[in-house]
Amino acid sequence: MRADLDIIQEWIPAGSRVLDLGCGDGELLAWLRDNKQVSGYGLEIDPDNIARCIERGINVIEQDLDKGLGNFASDSFDVVLMTQALQAVDRPDEVLREMLRIGRQCIITFPNFGHWRCRWHLIRHGRMPVSEFLPYTWYNTPNIHFCTFKDFEALCREQHLRVLDRLAVDHQHRDSLSSRLWPNLLGEIGIYRVSRPDAT
Amino acid sequence: MPSVFPTDSVGLVTPLTWHFGEPLTLACGRDLVDYQLVYETYGELNAARSNAVLICHALSGNHHAAGFHSEDDRKPGWWDSCIGPGKAIDTNRFFVVSLNNLGGCNGSTGPASINPATGKPFGADFPVVTVEDWVNSQARLADALGIQRWAAVVGGSLGGMQALQWSISYPERVAHCVAIASAPKLSAQNIAFNEVARQAILSDPEFHGGHFREQGVIPKRGLMLARMVGHITYLSDDAMGQKFGRGLKSEKLNYDFHSVEFQVESYLRYQGEEFSGRFDANTYLLMTKALDYFDPAAAHDGDLVRTLENAKADFCVISFTTDWRFSPARSREIVDALVAAGKNVSYLEVEAAQGHDAFLIPIPRYLHAFRSYMNRIEI
Repeated sequence: MRADLDIIQEWIPAGSRVLDLGCGDGELLAWLRDNKQVSGYGLEIDPDNIARCIERGINVIEQDLDKGLGNFASDSFDVVLMTQALQAVDRPDEVLREMLRIGRQCIITFPNFGHWRCRWHLIRHGRMPVSEFLPYTWYNTPNIHFCTFKDFEALCREQHLRVLDRLAVDHQHRDSLSSRLWPNLLGEIGIYRVSRPDAT
Repeated sequence: MPSVFPTDSVGLVTPLTWHFGEPLTLACGRDLVDYQLVYETYGELNAARSNAVLICHALSGNHHAAGFHSEDDRKPGWWDSCIGPGKAIDTNRFFVVSLNNLGGCNGSTGPASINPATGKPFGADFPVVTVEDWVNSQARLADALGIQRWAAVVGGSLGGMQALQWSISYPERVAHCVAIASAPKLSAQNIAFNEVARQAILSDPEFHGGHFREQGVIPKRGLMLARMVGHITYLSDDAMGQKFGRGLKSEKLNYDFHSVEFQVESYLRYQGEEFSGRFDANTYLLMTKALDYFDPAAAHDGDLVRTLENAKADFCVISFTTDWRFSPARSREIVDALVAAGKNVSYLEVEAAQGHDAFLIPIPRYLHAFRSYMNRIEI
């Protein structure tokens, strides 16, 4: 399983009800179903990914996150998760608010634009960073809302959300002492677990 | 002798008939004392009787869903694109049952059948049947064929409504429900189109209050108009634009009202003409009423979530982007209710230019997903 998914699955209680926003080919949901008795639904818009989900026998619903999540009832899921999609939606703040309306907890992963490589690229070349991990140029990238860990945590504070767990890892999803000490500088990907302030 | 049929066809098929002697009580309160259903089957029923798939037809459909009735048949059954060896509903795996619904005009008991009480055709005296009635009659056919539980009940449009009703009426008897280009109930606009179609038939002087057969005539013009209206709603604006545009039959305009000038007029007249020659006007009225009346949530104060709570099936819902008769939003209502009720459901919104008719057309993405879903069904 993809390394970030392996980290996430540990944060999902067995038997819970999960909504996966941008579920890709359904790898995580299939694993959670087979190993943790998790029932869930994935939202996806890519036809090939949807077909793969159907082949795997997981529940996939063709739905564009940018058109809202109003069709899901409040408090109807234990966990709502979104991996590597926050930076690609029209309004990350609204999606985050909706995720915590629908689910008791949210798990979100996103690339850290404050990583030293990005900073160095910008300082040295004066141009938007392009890397093996984020190979797009500014005009064709689907990633339209890059942020740093600090930015994300500021948004959480604004929305009065509680950060329950956070992990900063490199692009191979390895956790290291240095990325723990200076996450915003040395962490490439952030994995966050957040809840509403009133949640226990 | 080499087969003249394509290798992915079920080949030559022969319709079968089952007589039912036990009265069937209908939603309207009346009993059908004695009736028959015409059906076809494709593939083999396995020893465990666990691989049966029921096909429910739409407004003008019938039991002939796949294969050919003779070597000279120009066209195969109406859903041949999806039923056959290796196709979405793979007859190498599944035993497929496709019937003509009660009230139909292709061999099952309907308005054109003889009323045993009078010795004359039922005509307008045939009871108004509902989707629930159909599902009850289909359950009796399942009993007759020794099928306790369908691996899947599948249908498009009005057929999708029957599939949905199956999951509600007989939760133990449906493992998978596939509802394509369907809706949980008709909108006012849908009912309005049906009413125009009915008025076209009812106001035809040859209709004779539904007893036209006794007069030796058929309300051809009314039925033709009804079909023309219906046909417009099955196609998208884009599909019509691409197919006909403003193309003319002749080189110049005639400045009169009786000439067929535009290609689209010619097409609609042809469709109406062809349909009025093969379909029964009373059946058309019945089918539109069954559509209008379908509203399973009405029994639960309009709460579709509660209506679906007892369903035990897994669901696959498919819609098409340019379908404005049963738009994707209507399929979403079904999906949202199923999610809220905690049911397994997958939903696909297929990009297609063909409007409501898309469910009959071999669109690669649709067929691929449909086949993937059917293939994962355990039998």
